[in-house]
Amino acid sequence: MKKRKIKGITDRNAVNSRLLRRPIQRCFPLFLLPTLAAFCIGFVYPFLQGLYLSFCNFLTTRDATWVGLANYVKAFSDPSFLRAFWFTSLFALVSIVVINLFAFVLAYALTQKIKGSNLFRTVFFMPNLIGGIVLGYIWSTIFDAILQNYGKQLATDATLGFWGLVILVAWQQIGYMMIIYIAGLQAVPEELNEAAKIDGAGRWQTLWHVTIPNVMPSITICLFLTLTNSFKLFDQNLALTGGAPIRTLADGSQLKLTEMLALNIKSTFDINQNWHGVAQAKAVVFFVLVAVLALSQLYFTRKKEVQQ
Amino acid sequence: MSRALTAPKKKRNIGSTLLTVLFVLVCIIYMLPVVEVGVNSFKTNAAVNTDTFALPNSETFVGFDNYVKGMNAGNYPFWLSALYSLFITVVSAFLILLCTSMAAWYIARVSSRFARIFYYVCVFSMVVPFQMVMFTLSGTADMLKLNTPWTIPIIYLGFGAGLAVFMFTGFVKSLPLEIEEAAAIDGCGPIRTFFCVVLPMLKPTMISVGILEVMWLWNDYLLPYLSLNRTKYMTIPMYVQYLKGSYGSVDMGAFMAIIFMSILPIIVVYLFCQKHIIKGVAAGAVKG
Repeated sequence: MKKRKIKGITDRNAVNSRLLRRPIQRCFPLFLLPTLAAFCIGFVYPFLQGLYLSFCNFLTTRDATWVGLANYVKAFSDPSFLRAFWFTSLFALVSIVVINLFAFVLAYALTQKIKGSNLFRTVFFMPNLIGGIVLGYIWSTIFDAILQNYGKQLATDATLGFWGLVILVAWQQIGYMMIIYIAGLQAVPEELNEAAKIDGAGRWQTLWHVTIPNVMPSITICLFLTLTNSFKLFDQNLALTGGAPIRTLADGSQLKLTEMLALNIKSTFDINQNWHGVAQAKAVVFFVLVAVLALSQLYFTRKKEVQQ
Repeated sequence: MSRALTAPKKKRNIGSTLLTVLFVLVCIIYMLPVVEVGVNSFKTNAAVNTDTFALPNSETFVGFDNYVKGMNAGNYPFWLSALYSLFITVVSAFLILLCTSMAAWYIARVSSRFARIFYYVCVFSMVVPFQMVMFTLSGTADMLKLNTPWTIPIIYLGFGAGLAVFMFTGFVKSLPLEIEEAAAIDGCGPIRTFFCVVLPMLKPTMISVGILEVMWLWNDYLLPYLSLNRTKYMTIPMYVQYLKGSYGSVDMGAFMAIIFMSILPIIVVYLFCQKHIIKGVAAGAVKG
């Protein structure tokens, strides 16, 4: 039932009629043009220009000289980019599992008709409204206050930085995913659970064979959101550790041990003008990576959804 | 029969009471970080650093001093950044809701080849990370003078259009055509049909999209950081990052006061309309 959504627009007979089509089309400047113009300024033009500039050397967007694939070669041989790639992948893997597991368990418990479930829902969702920068500083004070008892600091230990980031992001996003799982769980028809009960299925069997296949659409969405959120994570990373600790390599360049891809691209832009092209090339690689991961995840989990 | 039904029910009651108690505990722990910020905003700088988790006592309690100090920390008034944040969020959200719902109606009802291509590009833009366009977008913003709080909503409309167009188009397609046809037969032009007939029907989706966009706009850091003239205009996230990241050593008590001031309004708004927010998020996600 969900698959049709994106394709729906080609189903022309259902969505437009002759009576409406022409008059609306005549109002193009009013209805479509503002969004179209802003979209070109805010997305299409910067995107295409960014794609072009990734093959150039440039200081500003005006003075580009073509250098071919040199930026990409430099990007892939940059140890900080590779480090950021592994750090981000590992972080994404851990946080996807942690967030979805806790969110599902909470959602499952809260749909079991317990008292005050509305209040609990409200509390768990709340951290979502706080922005990444503010969240990062709230948690860095808390972590440092705890760690100083053990003579440690968040900024000097990459492992602690990693788990700190996982805890922060879990705290922020569990509530959001929980809401989506609750909506999914409430949409499972009651008859299915009763039928399973009559057939003699236990609680676990019902959960595994009836509930989970029926909430697959929610799982698809939550996996998609957590995957893209963790790969694109920037604000929280910047505010919590800012990439620290820093290790100086043999060639004098600096390697920030808890830096994720998005932050790495930003700091590459900030090194100096010779790195603008490399940073833009990294951004293109980053975009391709996120797009491929997100689309293949959608493709694989959509296949598992129950047809209703 | 009835006895057989009541016996397990009682057992479940004990289980659910235990679960409730457990949830109360987890919720209290969940709230602690925010409470901790609130408590620390009333303590001296030294006490925040050394006894972060302690309640303020007569020695460390400073009343509202931190709030007074925080208002002007970093030689930039906090209230000004709050005003800029508010203005940018409200105007951008309004612009996004109005323009993209109109565009979505056009896309769904006209569905010419051009409109469909535009729709697909919008969907595509949802998976593009901001880092891909950040350098060129800030260049474009400078060139077109879109680098002030008064004009940055146009950038937000452009970069935020993808999700909104996607959600609105999906919803418009589920609306029955007959109502709009009836309006057209009764002599309504497209403008009146949209504002008097379609827009009221779009209200639930408006709420969903509006909440998602406001949550993004209010907390967004990198886009205003790169596009705005930072010495003149700061939003709240920029202000917080500026104080801690580049301003040098900042009084931790005052910093906690600023953080608390920046999250308190959101939490108050949230408590008043949490039902709509949670419903809107759930509905928005299921549609996407």
